[in-house]
Amino acid sequence: MGHIGYGAMSYDVAHLLGGTMLLLSFALLSQRRITSTIDTYAIQAVTLAIAACWQGWVQNEPSLYLTGAIAFGAKAVVIPLMLKRSVRRLKLHDAREEALSIFTAMALGVALVALSIMVVLPTTMQAGALTREDLALALSVVLLGLLMMITRRTAFTQVIGFMSLENGLILAAVGVAGMPLVVELSVAVLVLVGFVVFGVFLRRMRVHFHSLDTAHLDRVGSAQR
Amino acid sequence: MSATLLQGLVLVMTLQLVAAPIVAVRMPRWGFLASFFACATGAIIQLIYLFIGAPHAELVVPFGLAGQATVLSIDGLSGLFMLLVMLAGSAASLALLDDHGHPIPTAPAVPVFIGAMMLCLLAADAFALVVGFEAMSVSSFVLVISQHRDPHVRAAGRLYIGMAVWSGLCLIAAVALLAPHGASFAAMRAAPPSRMVGWVVLVLALLGPGSKAGLVPLHVWLPPAHAAAPAPVSALMSGAMTKVALYVLIRLVFDLVGPGHAMWWGLPLIGLGIASALLGALRANMEGDIKTVLACSTIENVGLVAIGLGIALAARGADLAALSSLAAGAALLHTMAHGGFKTLLFLASGAIQYGAGSRAFNALGGLIKRMPITAGVMLLAGASLAGLPPTPGFASEWMLFQSVLGAVRLGGLALQVISVVLAATLALATALAAAAAVRLIGVALLGRPRSQGAAEAHEAGPPLRWAMLLSALGVVLVGLFPGVMLWFAGPAMAVIVHGTMLDRIGYLGFATTTDAPGYAPLFILLVLALAVVAIWSVLRKWAVPGHRAAPLWDCGFGAPPPWQPYGDTLAQYSATSFAQPLRRVLGTTLLGASDVVDMPRPGDTRPATIIVHMADPVDAWLLAPLARARQFISRLTDRLHFITVRQALTMMVLLLVGLLMFIAAVEQL
Repeated sequence: MGHIGYGAMSYDVAHLLGGTMLLLSFALLSQRRITSTIDTYAIQAVTLAIAACWQGWVQNEPSLYLTGAIAFGAKAVVIPLMLKRSVRRLKLHDAREEALSIFTAMALGVALVALSIMVVLPTTMQAGALTREDLALALSVVLLGLLMMITRRTAFTQVIGFMSLENGLILAAVGVAGMPLVVELSVAVLVLVGFVVFGVFLRRMRVHFHSLDTAHLDRVGSAQR
Repeated sequence: MSATLLQGLVLVMTLQLVAAPIVAVRMPRWGFLASFFACATGAIIQLIYLFIGAPHAELVVPFGLAGQATVLSIDGLSGLFMLLVMLAGSAASLALLDDHGHPIPTAPAVPVFIGAMMLCLLAADAFALVVGFEAMSVSSFVLVISQHRDPHVRAAGRLYIGMAVWSGLCLIAAVALLAPHGASFAAMRAAPPSRMVGWVVLVLALLGPGSKAGLVPLHVWLPPAHAAAPAPVSALMSGAMTKVALYVLIRLVFDLVGPGHAMWWGLPLIGLGIASALLGALRANMEGDIKTVLACSTIENVGLVAIGLGIALAARGADLAALSSLAAGAALLHTMAHGGFKTLLFLASGAIQYGAGSRAFNALGGLIKRMPITAGVMLLAGASLAGLPPTPGFASEWMLFQSVLGAVRLGGLALQVISVVLAATLALATALAAAAAVRLIGVALLGRPRSQGAAEAHEAGPPLRWAMLLSALGVVLVGLFPGVMLWFAGPAMAVIVHGTMLDRIGYLGFATTTDAPGYAPLFILLVLALAVVAIWSVLRKWAVPGHRAAPLWDCGFGAPPPWQPYGDTLAQYSATSFAQPLRRVLGTTLLGASDVVDMPRPGDTRPATIIVHMADPVDAWLLAPLARARQFISRLTDRLHFITVRQALTMMVLLLVGLLMFIAAVEQL
């Protein structure tokens, strides 16, 4: 591949996909219904899978197709299905939960996006334009994921925030040409999400408190005091 | 020759650090005996070494950091301090044998303490210096908390270890700044630091080793720690350890930082020195415990040494060779003199504590009759503390005054004003020290006993008596032959100010400048003796014949009441009432002293009392804010343990966002 710059097809498509992911992060931030949060997350994962495949084609790097396949299979299909099943089991399918108002979510999100652009663009002067834009978008997705984790109350939506954060990480990893071990990285993070968050967290909470509100964990802390 | 002597010293050090402690675990007395003989051998080696002119010698030993040998060396400066440590060490080891059947429980720490001080002096690289300094701190901490059942001792130990950690940190930072090209002293000298780094090293040396030496403002550990430790250990700490700390300070600031520094370089030392001298001397007049008084007087004397060092440093920067060697000589002579008479005074305080059953002034009195030897050596040391000729205290303080007055020549109007103020304040401090010595002797030794214990006091046992007599001999020798002591200190002066006083010293005395009349203590002693003989013979010849002894008027003391067979304590001046005039004149501003009358309610039959409140200014300005800050931080940390999951996440995110904002801001600039 030659030089990638503004106006080139490869750049535009990558930029579009990254922008879509960011847009979906904003959607996640203000989504109140749990089922639609899961749906939005699944769409973001599909976008990530497409972005990974596109990068695989652009960078002529077959392993990135594998990353894309993993992202699609695990994050867009299996995890959302499992999440939906537990939502049904817990009878949460039409539950709504407190979230930031649209305005606040948008304002904070835009501020974080501006921050990540101000950080990434000057610090990566030597890198190619695609890498820089891609990193800025990925960092924005990560920060929005973090914001979602700290503004939501239930474990479900916090897990989704965490996974959306992880989507941002993978987006950054696939966007950097020549980054080693991308596939391994994505698999490792996926396993982390799967085991730690799902297996332990949800199960424990369900067994002990019959609820998924993390405020119960806080009460344990204060009870020990 | 000097290499052999250094090997001998290293052998003595190994004995102190390894063999004597092992012996002392099971058999404390044999440990102390071993320590005494090792120290005495070391002292003889050291005398020979100084006698042959203190040539530099170096020894590389295969211990220390992985892959690096440790360098030990000795030169004139460390040699002089080593002599002091050896003499104080032998006196303290000997005194510890007088244990009344109960050796101190922390016996093995004593030889370790002496050995650590030796390591500190012999160190010629950063590693050995720091290890020696820290070992000195830790072993003396163990000794301070010997009587750990007493809550006051525990509090003193906590304060002491806190200060020791602080001074160790400062020392490590200072040598780290000096050692970018290698940890040995030779490498540090080869690459002197820049001016800014030099200033930082000076500040660190004043805060670290300076606090260990007892310089204001970090002197607060000294009075409680000296009061808490067993008396021979206090003697070692005051006589030797503070001097070793001064040695580290001198080594860092005079030697390793390099010679090329301006005159102003000496001013911090002078400022802290005069503050220490004044505060220490004032507190020595107020405290009610012999050992606390002696510790405060240590602060004062360390301040005097620091003033001499500061003038020497300033004069070296101004290329005034005669003045710099005079001031350095004053500092070194006072170091030796104070090391001698303070060791003696602390040993005597131990004898009093055991013999009279108390260290509190208000329970002593009249000991001169019951403890003649202790009282005699205390009189000698007290005269030296007060700076009376022909004691060593006079010689060094006179030299110090001469160099302070000579400091007028250093430079412009500002410096002249500073040196005049310095001279006046120094006069006040030494006068206060003399007053403290009078109070010490007058209240503890003279008058009538203030308690049953003082009335039935008994003299110290033979080992302690010998330790005191030997120390007294040392004090007398230094006092009568200050010229010889200054000759011994010549190589040390050559190290620190690149000049000696050889043109101004003789066997009988010394002069401050080559054309001025000098000071010859033997002649002063002769004149004093002649005067005494003359008065005695005049009295004998012209006394009215046929006189008879009759009871004196006893100043209204009255016959002892039956319930106090040793006399009514309220009828004579106490230590507190002795201190009252000074407390009211100077203590109110400097020490925040106040008297509160505790009046009983009507119908209550207890007597009214006056309660004196007093606090060191550093307590209020430094320690209390530090304690509050620690409380605040620990509360904050405590709250951190119980935050919710979301709060923890939020804090992490905010921290991350803050970091990113910082990076963005830096990038924009």
